[in-house]
Amino acid sequence: MNGLFVSPSPHRATTMSTTKIMLMVIIALLPSAAAGCVFFGANAAIVLAVCISSCVVFEYLSRIIMKREQTISDLSAVVTGLLLGMNLPATTPIYVAIIGSFIAIVIVKQLFGGIGQNFANPAIAARVVLMLSFADSMTSWVVPYWYSDVVDVTTGATPLTASWINYTESGEAYKMAPFTLGEMLWGETGGCIGETCAVALIAGGVFLIVTGIISAATPVAFIGSFALLTFIYTGSAVETVYGVLAGGLLIGAFFMATDYATTPVTTKGKIIFGIGCGLMTFIIRNFGSFPEGVSFAILLMNLLTPYIDKLTLTTPFGAKKPVKAEKTTGKE
Amino acid sequence: MNKLNGIHLAHNKGTKKCETIDFPLPKSVIIPMSQHMGAPCDSLVKKGDEVTVGQKIGDSGAFMSAPIHSSVSGKVSDVTDYLLPNGSVCKAVVIETDGLQTVCPDLRPPVINDRQSLIAAVRDCGLTGLGGAGFPTHVKLNYDPAKTPVDTLVINAAECEPYITSDYRELMENPNDIIEGILLVQKYMGIPMCKVCIENNKPDAIELMKEKTAEISSIDIVTLPSEYPQGAEKVIVYSATGRIVAEGELPSHQGVMVMNVSTVSHIYRYSQDGIPLVKRRITFDGDAVTENKGNYFVPIGTRVSELLSHGKAEDAKKILYGGPMMGMCLYDTEQPVTKTTNAILAFRKGELPKTTACIRCGKCVRTCPFGLMPLMIEKAYNAKDVEELKKLKVMLCMNCGCCSYACPAHRPLAEINQLAKGLIPRK
Repeated sequence: MNGLFVSPSPHRATTMSTTKIMLMVIIALLPSAAAGCVFFGANAAIVLAVCISSCVVFEYLSRIIMKREQTISDLSAVVTGLLLGMNLPATTPIYVAIIGSFIAIVIVKQLFGGIGQNFANPAIAARVVLMLSFADSMTSWVVPYWYSDVVDVTTGATPLTASWINYTESGEAYKMAPFTLGEMLWGETGGCIGETCAVALIAGGVFLIVTGIISAATPVAFIGSFALLTFIYTGSAVETVYGVLAGGLLIGAFFMATDYATTPVTTKGKIIFGIGCGLMTFIIRNFGSFPEGVSFAILLMNLLTPYIDKLTLTTPFGAKKPVKAEKTTGKE
Repeated sequence: MNKLNGIHLAHNKGTKKCETIDFPLPKSVIIPMSQHMGAPCDSLVKKGDEVTVGQKIGDSGAFMSAPIHSSVSGKVSDVTDYLLPNGSVCKAVVIETDGLQTVCPDLRPPVINDRQSLIAAVRDCGLTGLGGAGFPTHVKLNYDPAKTPVDTLVINAAECEPYITSDYRELMENPNDIIEGILLVQKYMGIPMCKVCIENNKPDAIELMKEKTAEISSIDIVTLPSEYPQGAEKVIVYSATGRIVAEGELPSHQGVMVMNVSTVSHIYRYSQDGIPLVKRRITFDGDAVTENKGNYFVPIGTRVSELLSHGKAEDAKKILYGGPMMGMCLYDTEQPVTKTTNAILAFRKGELPKTTACIRCGKCVRTCPFGLMPLMIEKAYNAKDVEELKKLKVMLCMNCGCCSYACPAHRPLAEINQLAKGLIPRK
């Protein structure tokens, strides 16, 4: 008519976007991924590249087959691929990495409606399926710098599988950490590609918290509850610190337990989620048959998220509560 | 006292230094008989009638209404149907101006000597809230002091919307009118305390008001942080007094009455000169306006096209009544300035970023001043789940737009909240 644009208020929008958020997550993950490539060599880089590219291809094809708008430009498939790759050993066969990407993107994410709709973290669900299906290749850990000739032994224990029991010459047993604290912090230990370098993971996590991409509630509750339980159980501050730095706890707490779609929305919910993860990780690590429990813990809590959300609704400002609200719930 | 959520916006108050000037008298005005919430007025004039400035041309017997006066002197050329921005239709009086601006000879300063005469005077003045929402002021004053005694008058000078500086100009240009207006309302309504609330991005206005009220113990100047939506009624009541206006309540239930700063000074001016609300100050700004940005006294009924040609805003793609957060789009440049128009903003770009899928980041929950959960409301709205919507308290939404603004997926959450309200049956 007169070329005027009419729309409901507000007429301003944030410059933030889903793509930018995903980009920030990728930036936060890069130091740890790079460290993994340094420790575990070209194989690690290949696994990461295969995971990322196959995730993007699967997302692209899924959207075409489902006749939905293309979403690869939001970079969420890149994040999933990167996270999945970082949660695999460097020696993972290529076809296993591709199967993992298929499970993550097609089965866990796209079949449930794509970004924001998945019930579980795609990378975690894929890792768990691979762990149960390809137990051998998923639990063979190469030692850092195995690709250089200097080292004879190529596979070894991880901080979670190595024994703390040592013996003196006279045969008396004593406890000693299998790795130095420096090795634990820098990540010069066996493990998945992106989970060993504690310094890089903490730096990435803090970056995401400071920029407001993730809330500190989940990692603090997750790591805090795990550390508290471990300290009560072992009575040793050293073992507690090693427990926090070992395995997938840091990458899980900062990058997987903070996934928007599969974790609670409110701060209260995030704290419950984090404590649940910490508790489950502690139980599986100490009493379960797997040495590592972070993936299972997060997966289980993902499934509980809708219920946590329902129990942690906010109380709106000035809302007349709770007599009426409880009555309506009771009737349902 | 918990801090309410909100967002930080670029202020864009480029017109703050622009002193208010009279806008050139247009050749013709169109005055709608419905300019705010409440019942529309019936036109008291017909085609061919001669009218003068301040002459009553519309009134209604309904309680929730305010009379309408001619802003110009001239001849009624038509009484036509007019499509309001909210989609309903009312009558509008079109007047060709004679350029003389003859003031109606019947106008007299009102005699105010008690509560009832103050309320009657405010109604005769045709005054509605000048901040934007436009609640008829006499209705606001007409609370029952036996049931809901009011002890605090909150004067809203937050002006938290970007661009708009019309209330700021009132503070700078007419501080004495504001103070006299406050004292008048306090005296006849029996309200012992008054808090004038100004955002801290207007330090000179705060200083000026503090200086002017130094000797007056019943008026406090309150500095508020510049955070949108500081000027929303429930938010400003909470910020100024710590009182929570609960679901289904009016501020008077908490002993508070909120009045816009320009409204209260207009009460004083009317008490002195008896000239009803026929012109008002508006801020004229926006990136499509290439010259003559500023603050203007504009006769009610002036077509926005007059402003646009004054500002050489040929490229305007989106024109707003009010600010960018809660303002309403004009569908036609022939729409007029009304009593509730505090700004006309013209922008070159109309489109907002493309909407993508919700990623459940929770930003909408963390920015909602009232702690609502827009992402859950959207789900419940899509499922048409009325019980869930009631549980989520969607009726509390004031449409401030923080959720839509902050959403990285650019979902129209505020709009959905309003649509969701429509699903809940009214009692």
